[in-house]
Amino acid sequence: MNEHPGANLKFVSRKRRVREDKRFVTGTAVFAQDVNLPNMKHCAVVQSPYPRAKILSIDASLALAMEGVRYVLTGDEFRANANDMKFGLNTPEVKWYPLAVDMTRYAGEWVAVVVADDPYTAEDAAELVEVDYEALKPIIDPEQAYEEKDRLVHPAHGSNVLYDGHFYWGTVDEDFVAAEERLSYRVRWGRSSTVPIETFGVVARWDEAVDILDVWASIQMPNYVELLAATLRIPLNCVRLHQDVDVGGSYGVKRGIKHSVIVGYLSRLLRAPVRMIEDRLINMASGDAHGPDRIFDTQVAFNRDGKILSLKIRALDDAGAYPGRAPFQLAKPISAIVGPYKINSVQYDAISVLTNKTGQVPVRGFGQSPTNYMIETAVDKVARHLNLDRIEVRRRNFINHDEFPYQIPSGSKYDSGDYHTVLQKALDAANYDELINRRDAARAEGRLAGIGIGTCLEPGGGNNIFEYLMNPSAEITTFSEGAEIRVDPDGLVTGVVGTTTSGQGHETLVATIIGEELGIDPDDIRVVHADSLNAPITRSPVASRMAIMLGSSTAAAAQKIIAKAMKIAAYNLQEPEDDLEYVDGSVFVRRDPVRKLTWREICFIAHKAYHKMPDDMEPGLQAQHVFQVPGGGQLPDESQRVQIYPCFSFQAHIPYVEIDPGTGHVKILDYAIGHDCGTMINPDIVRGMVIGGLAHGIGAALYEKFAYRPDGQFESATFADYLMPSVYEVPMVKDVDHCTPSPLTSHGQKGSGEGGYLGAPAAIASAVNDALHPMGVSIHELPMRSYLIENLLNGGKTDP
Amino acid sequence: MKPAPFDYALATSIDEATSYLADGNGEAIVLAGGQTLMPMLSMRLARPELVIDINGVDELFGIEETDDSVIIKACTRQVTALHSEIVKSRVPLLHKAMHFVGHFQTRNRGTIGGSVAHSDPAAEIPLAALALDSEVELRNVNGSRRVAMADYVVGPLMTAREPDELLVAVHLPAIVPGVTTATSFHEVSERHGDFAVVAVAAHLTFDGAICTKAAVAFGGVDDTPVRIPEFETGLIGETLAYGVPDAALDLISDGINPGSDQHASANYRRRVARTLANRAVSEAAADARGGA
Amino acid sequence: MTDAIHIHVSINGNTVTDSVIPRMTLLDFLRYKAGMTGTHAGCEHGVCGACSVIFDGDPVRSCSLLAVQANGKSVMTVEGLSNADGTPGTLQEAFQDAHAMQCGYCIPGMLVSAHALLARNADPSLEDIKEAIGGNICRCTGYVQIIEAIQLAATRLREALK
Repeated sequence: MNEHPGANLKFVSRKRRVREDKRFVTGTAVFAQDVNLPNMKHCAVVQSPYPRAKILSIDASLALAMEGVRYVLTGDEFRANANDMKFGLNTPEVKWYPLAVDMTRYAGEWVAVVVADDPYTAEDAAELVEVDYEALKPIIDPEQAYEEKDRLVHPAHGSNVLYDGHFYWGTVDEDFVAAEERLSYRVRWGRSSTVPIETFGVVARWDEAVDILDVWASIQMPNYVELLAATLRIPLNCVRLHQDVDVGGSYGVKRGIKHSVIVGYLSRLLRAPVRMIEDRLINMASGDAHGPDRIFDTQVAFNRDGKILSLKIRALDDAGAYPGRAPFQLAKPISAIVGPYKINSVQYDAISVLTNKTGQVPVRGFGQSPTNYMIETAVDKVARHLNLDRIEVRRRNFINHDEFPYQIPSGSKYDSGDYHTVLQKALDAANYDELINRRDAARAEGRLAGIGIGTCLEPGGGNNIFEYLMNPSAEITTFSEGAEIRVDPDGLVTGVVGTTTSGQGHETLVATIIGEELGIDPDDIRVVHADSLNAPITRSPVASRMAIMLGSSTAAAAQKIIAKAMKIAAYNLQEPEDDLEYVDGSVFVRRDPVRKLTWREICFIAHKAYHKMPDDMEPGLQAQHVFQVPGGGQLPDESQRVQIYPCFSFQAHIPYVEIDPGTGHVKILDYAIGHDCGTMINPDIVRGMVIGGLAHGIGAALYEKFAYRPDGQFESATFADYLMPSVYEVPMVKDVDHCTPSPLTSHGQKGSGEGGYLGAPAAIASAVNDALHPMGVSIHELPMRSYLIENLLNGGKTDP
Repeated sequence: MKPAPFDYALATSIDEATSYLADGNGEAIVLAGGQTLMPMLSMRLARPELVIDINGVDELFGIEETDDSVIIKACTRQVTALHSEIVKSRVPLLHKAMHFVGHFQTRNRGTIGGSVAHSDPAAEIPLAALALDSEVELRNVNGSRRVAMADYVVGPLMTAREPDELLVAVHLPAIVPGVTTATSFHEVSERHGDFAVVAVAAHLTFDGAICTKAAVAFGGVDDTPVRIPEFETGLIGETLAYGVPDAALDLISDGINPGSDQHASANYRRRVARTLANRAVSEAAADARGGA
Repeated sequence: MTDAIHIHVSINGNTVTDSVIPRMTLLDFLRYKAGMTGTHAGCEHGVCGACSVIFDGDPVRSCSLLAVQANGKSVMTVEGLSNADGTPGTLQEAFQDAHAMQCGYCIPGMLVSAHALLARNADPSLEDIKEAIGGNICRCTGYVQIIEAIQLAATRLREALK
């Protein structure tokens, strides 16, 4: 069954140290906070205590009078000298400035920034900035915000609705009429996020001599440099992002564009490097790093054999006050809107609303994890409704291995998969039959025990076309990625990466693939991160795309190197290329292998012996390749059907939980997972991503929530209130892999950065509801905190 | 998140520390393990003019025992108490509570005295101290006094300690040989090591199968850790072999005054206080039967 | 207010002398005065463990200590775990072999906690390891590979003693 292509691979899929790790274990990695420039100034932020208020006046005179204070910047000054930050929706009246202008729109919003010689003084001075507010009643509930006509987050926009889109793919109404059964339900995904242990940090320095804004930032964001330049009204080629800065975790959220335009502006104004490092309170309240906050109302049409025919989905997402690219997190899930199932038709209503909360940003999976929770809930509910086994219902609806490529109603063609086998592997890893005995024995003793069944598709590779679905003026049909390989006269190889890394192991990826293609030990290959002015084309490491996109572009660039080496060898050996063979750097005459040109000889000729080069050949030995997203380059058809992502990984999660009936506390006691992301370039990296994503999912499922009071005050600014899983909350996961190669990538690889997070919340919810089932209750909101579960067990819906 | 400015004084004796406190005019604060104070300083929730560091006061470290009590000096690290044989054998309730306190790194630095001085209503150490009828020893330049834990905790993060007083030790009654004493500590928190959402510390004395004395303290359910005399009275004379009588459990709800927040509703805290009290008392009673 | 206070701190065996304002945390001192940027700020309120260092023999959170409290004391940071020639020590090698990290930001705190564990317990159980790193939050790995790395290091250290 296993189609592992490993037999002929030297380095790909082999266990190999991750080269990035050495600098982390020795404490020598350089993060944004470690960038320390002479005469560097430090920022502190003045935050609005009100979720919604008019700014009547700002008096910074006391702050400016303090020794060591250099400047106080307000929103009015920024607006007069720079542009608002654009984010992609066609909503011109929803203006986003880094500092509040005229009114504040969420508790904690930045009103002013103080610049001082050291961070202690900056904080002291920030306390002295006097702001007069006229508090206004905020709008907090997203459903109220949708209906609200008067209390508007952005009054000039005319409503609180950012986006209200309707998609109808296939014969939905007919399928609902034809179906033998129908059911409907609501699930709610709570506002949580990935919360990296490093907060966002940025240092900017304006170099007047060369007209360059140098930026060091813990950034993971497409279009960051473009957005900086456009907002600061400077040419794009005046911004130089130093991408050799390590990013201390991101999973989507390291997008400090607001911070960056502030320090960019200030460094130019003050003629000094300016640094802004969020502290944790700022990061949580106003660092623009919250994730989706979503209500799904779903109807399912199905037959009595468990076959699901159609879905009607309404998703209402609370984007907060400044949406950034958050609304697009409603569009990406269209790429896998039916999950791994053969569902004939789908209606999808996607609504994004503004509220007086912190703005939402892209989070791991870009909206797919909430959507997957909704889809998997549907399958469980169908099984319960029909009194069928949850696994059997999944098997009856799975797309089969021999049906790929498989096109779903919304237009995506899934590239490949073997869902039955991966699910079976997960069940085997879980010792499923024994697990059932364990659960039933626990129940017999009066305990609440449950097994979760959850699967997920992980769309990988990215493609900006979801933007067009929500804003047809954005005619962007690619999300390409470039790679560059340079070979020096000594024959030593350097790969160039065009972006930052935040733990994904891009250097290891590139070295492994170059090594595989060129037949060179990856340990002898250098990999560097170029700055943005000399980097290959990049759209940044989002969307589970780097193995797919950077991996494939690197392989293609390596093939260009080989092609040139072959031409040089053919010229010097005086043999046609067809009679030559490239093996581990050297080029042999196939019928007479003694005749060859070694790698060193080829590289020397390419760089220095032009008389041995074919006529008119460009000197040197280097290559670039820009890889286009497979299936990209097209606009949606008249039914808004389109390929959004190229590659689709698959996972099956089997958690086992027990719930304390007296306290509602959930404990995950066991967890097995099967995963298939095609060819694993580095198995340890994939495993880490899978289990780490799963741990994120545990947090979203059980613990993590950015809580707001009804009056709009934010309650989760500390790590004592925002509860992330520790080692005690994550079980020793049993993981098993499978390989169904993608036909679209260089080595059959797919994405693996998001799947753990996509599958875990759904699977844990499934386990909790299995445990609650004998009590006749079920829970339909995340996180499933103890008090919510205990309240259900007490028969109440009365507790707040 | 940088502290507001303050002066710093390193005390090397109790007298030196109390003299700094006397000069502090109520604007001085004592730094012991710093596991609560340092975050409060960094968040500028505490803004003292003077920080008095007592980590250099040798006489504030150590665990001593007498015939009827165990005395834990204020600066004794939590890790020391966790691993203390004296505490384990003579104040088993505190030993059990220590397993719920913080993490490896915080226990290495955090102190028994610091936790009691602060008396967070959801913290485990003051809760155990309250259940044990412990006394807090306070000292100022004029002398010392001992305050019963029940009188020490007076309101939300407010205690009977005067601004010029230093908490120098906690006096914990030790179990008496020949008397059947049983203890139990139960807590619910979302994650291991967090402050309790609700915690219950039970300390019971038995004569044969009959409970003769009961002390049960509740944490996370009021402005302070609390005892409920009516509930405790309801346990006396019972075997508790089949759990706590409903009549006694019914008294808990009126004896506490929990709040609602993002982690739990007030009603949840009421119900769980009842559940944990039943568990803790039943477990202690079972231990007593097993050990008798 | 007091002016700066002069302190001497032994950091990884080297004495660092400097003057600090009273309110400076040990974390900031290590990073911005002593140049030891391997120790990371995660939450600055004593929860995440990223700033863990060994202070007079025990792992503690450097955000929850004042720099002045380190006067006359010894501090060991992640940089001090390497061999004298700068090559990684056994624990650091095991973390690489097990790929016990992704972004690496929490790893110095993890290493310091694990180092303290292995210094007093050559054969830690799974529960011992959880206790040692229970106060270190990692957002990348889900901890499994970190636990495996500590187990690997323990095995190697025991074998080296045979």
